[in-house]
Amino acid sequence: MARTPRKRPRLVVIGNGMAGCRAVEEILALAPGKFAITIIGAEPHVNYNRIMLSPLLAGEKTFDEIVLNGRDWYENNGIELIAGVAAEAIDRTGRVVRLADGRAIEYDTLIIATGSTPFVPPVPGATLPGVVTFRDLDDVEAMKAACEKGGRAVVIGGGLLGLEAAYGLARNGMDVTVLHLMPVLMERQLDQSASYLLIKALAARGIAVMLEAKTTAFVGDDRVRGVQLDDGGFAPADLVVVSAGIRPNAALAKAAGLDVARGIVVGDTLQTSDPAIYAVGECVEFEGQLFGLVAPIWDQCRALAQTLAGDGALRFACSDTGVKLKVSGCEVYSAGLFAGHDRSEDIVYRDAALGIYKRLVLDNDRLVGAVLFGDAADGPWYLSLIKSGESIADKRESLIFGRALTEALAGANPKDAVAGWPATAEICGCNGVCKGAILDAIAQKQLTTLDDVRAVTKASASCGSCTPLVESLLAAALGDGFERGPAVKPMCKCTEHGHSRVREEIVARRLMTIPAVMQELEWRTPDGCAACRPALNYYLLCAWPGEYEDDKHSRFINERAHGNIQKDGTFSVVPRMWGGLTSPAELRAIADVAEKFNIPTVKVTGGQRIDLLGVKKEDLPAVWADLGAAGMVSGHAYGKALRTVKTCVGSDWCRFGTQDSTGLGVRIEKFMWGSWTPAKVKMAVSGCPRNCAEATCKDVGVVCVESGYEIHIGGAAGLHIKGTEILCKVASEDDAIEMIAAATQLYREDAHYLERIYKWMARVGLDSIKARVVDDAANRKALFERFVQAQRFSQVDPWAERARGLDADEFRPLKPVLAEPHR
Amino acid sequence: MSRAIWIDVGAEAEIPARAARRFVFAETPIAVFRAGDGMLFALVDRCPHKGGPLSEGILHGRAVACPLHNWIISLETGAAQGADSGCTTTLAVAVRCGRVFVDVGALDRAAARA
Repeated sequence: MARTPRKRPRLVVIGNGMAGCRAVEEILALAPGKFAITIIGAEPHVNYNRIMLSPLLAGEKTFDEIVLNGRDWYENNGIELIAGVAAEAIDRTGRVVRLADGRAIEYDTLIIATGSTPFVPPVPGATLPGVVTFRDLDDVEAMKAACEKGGRAVVIGGGLLGLEAAYGLARNGMDVTVLHLMPVLMERQLDQSASYLLIKALAARGIAVMLEAKTTAFVGDDRVRGVQLDDGGFAPADLVVVSAGIRPNAALAKAAGLDVARGIVVGDTLQTSDPAIYAVGECVEFEGQLFGLVAPIWDQCRALAQTLAGDGALRFACSDTGVKLKVSGCEVYSAGLFAGHDRSEDIVYRDAALGIYKRLVLDNDRLVGAVLFGDAADGPWYLSLIKSGESIADKRESLIFGRALTEALAGANPKDAVAGWPATAEICGCNGVCKGAILDAIAQKQLTTLDDVRAVTKASASCGSCTPLVESLLAAALGDGFERGPAVKPMCKCTEHGHSRVREEIVARRLMTIPAVMQELEWRTPDGCAACRPALNYYLLCAWPGEYEDDKHSRFINERAHGNIQKDGTFSVVPRMWGGLTSPAELRAIADVAEKFNIPTVKVTGGQRIDLLGVKKEDLPAVWADLGAAGMVSGHAYGKALRTVKTCVGSDWCRFGTQDSTGLGVRIEKFMWGSWTPAKVKMAVSGCPRNCAEATCKDVGVVCVESGYEIHIGGAAGLHIKGTEILCKVASEDDAIEMIAAATQLYREDAHYLERIYKWMARVGLDSIKARVVDDAANRKALFERFVQAQRFSQVDPWAERARGLDADEFRPLKPVLAEPHR
Repeated sequence: MSRAIWIDVGAEAEIPARAARRFVFAETPIAVFRAGDGMLFALVDRCPHKGGPLSEGILHGRAVACPLHNWIISLETGAAQGADSGCTTTLAVAVRCGRVFVDVGALDRAAARA
């Protein structure tokens, strides 16, 4: 029996943007005539593709090309479009949406798709003309108008959208600087290594990037003139584009009494706390998450359509999505959990010559994340492996090389991966040597060792990272006839390179940052480990005095907090006593400090100074301030640095003294303090061969004799006991100081991190040190001058700087307060 | 079963990347870490080995090297890595409106288990 046609239920959508229209499209596809549909949009435009604003700005697309739903779409589907009028309130009991022009629109089912608003930092000047966001068509028009006048643009926010804005502005001829709050660009998608490469690629496109840059004000009178930064810096700008995240537009929902946290809270059917009202898109919060990327929003739209017009079987769930940066010629792709976790393993592939970085994150033989830079073609394939959750155990060895190779090798023994490579496969990226050339050389020239292959083909002769591959080829060609040579001991598990090679490359290639070293030397981990990071920090500091910015987070706690950590987490404080000399005023200040801060233990050290033990970390700056007021500076008792210069009383008092050993010790200490070295350096000056200052078991010692000064080197009296060797004998104090500084500089430039002078000397030989420091006067002079140059930047008392407030956060504990119960 | 007790420990900007800050709650030291990728983690600030302050260690990946004897502790599980074994308590962290919140309710739960 035919039923009387019932009036169709009224579906009203607030929001004429991508999410609202896509939801309607999905509903129409499932049940074309089910609803009488009305869409309310505040913007006067038809629905366009916001994702394409970047290409629109860059001039790669026109507005017509980015329209998603033209007027005809609304007409053909019988949709009533109310454009250019904002919805002002939702009357939930009357099921009515009230509009700004007074109209009331009745609904049976309501979808809220109000999107989001760009977040603008709440700092002075945010409303100045010339400060814009990057969100809609008007923003793009404003930016294009600014570009016609030219000049400088600052983009605040180095996320996906901010970088695309920067690229668009640069394409339009602007001089662009990106300011980013975090130390890593696109930190939600990239790691430090990929960020380093991206910064390099952006620089090549004329875009400068400043990391850890916090905006404190927009500066200008009638319009914006620049951006003030919290470190005192200033970035001049004729245009400022703010792209610092989004905030869901949930005010309308909140005013209507719907459940709202950061966004409108919905369940997996996209239903809000009112059963007649649904929400979709960037205004939504689901399981505590907000949504800014398009893929999960499309998933929401599909699930919502299933709920309203289908069988409701499809529920919304957060799933992995891939992200690609839309900057021409800059291949960047990120998917899944790139940051890894404790059980996960990283597979890292770097090709320094081609600027490629790939990192796959595995968890129990499943791929869970991928970051690709420079070659992103396999991104979607990796994403499909992440989503499927299938085991990749059988393709593990070849996975990082991409889909084509992995599929070609399917079923082959993974250990022989290289055996399956085509003859044209490149083995050595540095010298462009392919597999066939190496095999031919081995066969024709009867090569049997790695060095032979290097000499003939140049493969593995530059950066050396293809050495294992070349060895595999040799082993395959020669069978048992191949013996692997003694390998250089790598710095740590993050790299194949030894310390010396890394130091050489830093200087030769002018590598200036830790991420630069890791990329260019093809590190196997994304950000190193607790062994290589402090070593690299020292090597860079030594190579580029005054230029390299010390990375305190790559320093051991003692050098970061400028005190020695004790077993209970307190610190010890050892002020410098030049040559072991002190005074009543200094002793009084030490006594006062010990009482004032309840310092439990005061002890005389073996290095002729006084140790205050058990100082609480938060007290350190105040302790230093008091000691500094009495003229004392850091003794660097905590550092890989010059420690003490121990002395005896010398010719001033001692009946056996031959020279002023105390005076020379003070001179040496005043000249050399503050210098960072590969490991600690202890010195002493004895006034006669009776050697009361024990100079012959120090890293560097001076023994005074009637005719001058014996310079000793390479002693130790700790884990190992070793007497010094005599480096040379000189006639004057000035000569002694030049010799000691030159030898120390050679040690600074040549030794491995944490290698004491005696170990360095055992490795390179005393003769080699003598040849470079004693016999070669010109080289000595050059070493001495480099030491003096480095001292210009290192003789700053770290205690005084921190007593004045530097790194205050390091010493201040957080102050927690009980919070309101939180959802 | 204890409930969540969220405390506001400070502004997000107070914890820079690859660094940690600490506070004491109910006589228990707690460290809040920010890994190089920006993610925040909170652990009871005691190495399972000799009680060293993990907040003072060098961070790499999602792990921290204890400053006393170089044990490597996972920020996500609190467990010692490699050949070492032992575990410190992990606490949930949330960021709302630029403030960092830590759930210290887990301290009760850990104490109940002990």
